[in-house]
Amino acid sequence: MWPCVKLRLLEERLQCISSFEKPKILLEQYVTPPHLGAHMLYTVQSQYGDIGGKFVADLGCGCGALSIGAAVLDASLVVGFEIDEDALGTFQENVEDQDVGNIDCVQCDVVKMMPNRFHKTFDTVIMNPPFGTKHNSGIDMKFLEVALRLSNHVVYSLHKTSTRSHVLKVAESLGAKGEVLAELRYDLPSTYKFHKKKSVDIEVDFFRFVVK
Amino acid sequence: MKLLTHNMLTSKCMKVVTVGYPLGINASDVRVSEVDFNPDFVAKIIPKVDWNVLYNAAQSIGQLEGLPKDVVENYENDHEFLKKAHHALLEIDIINGELICPETGRKFPINNGIPNLLLNEDEV
Repeated sequence: MWPCVKLRLLEERLQCISSFEKPKILLEQYVTPPHLGAHMLYTVQSQYGDIGGKFVADLGCGCGALSIGAAVLDASLVVGFEIDEDALGTFQENVEDQDVGNIDCVQCDVVKMMPNRFHKTFDTVIMNPPFGTKHNSGIDMKFLEVALRLSNHVVYSLHKTSTRSHVLKVAESLGAKGEVLAELRYDLPSTYKFHKKKSVDIEVDFFRFVVK
Repeated sequence: MKLLTHNMLTSKCMKVVTVGYPLGINASDVRVSEVDFNPDFVAKIIPKVDWNVLYNAAQSIGQLEGLPKDVVENYENDHEFLKKAHHALLEIDIINGELICPETGRKFPINNGIPNLLLNEDEV
């Protein structure tokens, strides 16, 4: 076990983080629920020590739940990457509210235009990528490809359980060894009008990929 | 935007750009804030940092604060040096200004601490 703040305290911090004001369907802007984000980060730090003192990237950081959580867990520096201006506005407000200084952010297109000097620079990449369900099939695999390029050690990510064998195969072909740490139920509140039910559970896998 | 992040950014994604590094800095608002000092992390990141680019960046925004022009020998054990490197890499924040592509002069705005490297379709 590695040193880590209490899970409850981490979850409380994440509960204070504001979410998307006007979520965009095309970008699949779903918030990472505090309960889920806290468990992810707690596992990454307490089981593997992959956050404290590390250089951490968060791809598609949105409003910054995972980035701020990693900053709270004493990453040396977290850099969030996000395409959407509105999400970044909220990200910045959250950073100020939470009063974390070990955090930075870059507005760019993760899939198309990631600055190449970042390759193999980060110790740990964490992400909750778009799952590729809305006219952008396969985008989570593109995120994974970029993440594996940026990391010199390990990538943590969420993917739909229904695509598990595909995800593992893609990781293998990119020279990484994937492992499912947990099966989670992603409690998706009805963010958009096309969601008829009040909340929908999606089964997702929490992956750890070690870069060979 | 911290200078460690600046050290890694390029404009190479633009179709007419071959290197796109380093990006020039015009800063209108710079903030310095304390960040926990972790000597091991700084020692580990220094080999990945282009020191000249860091030095010139700090100088161009008037934040040298005694930063050595070169990486010293045996820096891993040089507490003073690591502390200065830590300050330059992590404690200086460019809040507003712009980054400038060295080849095309294309400007990338920095607003509220966040550099915007998004390109238009016809630039990629």
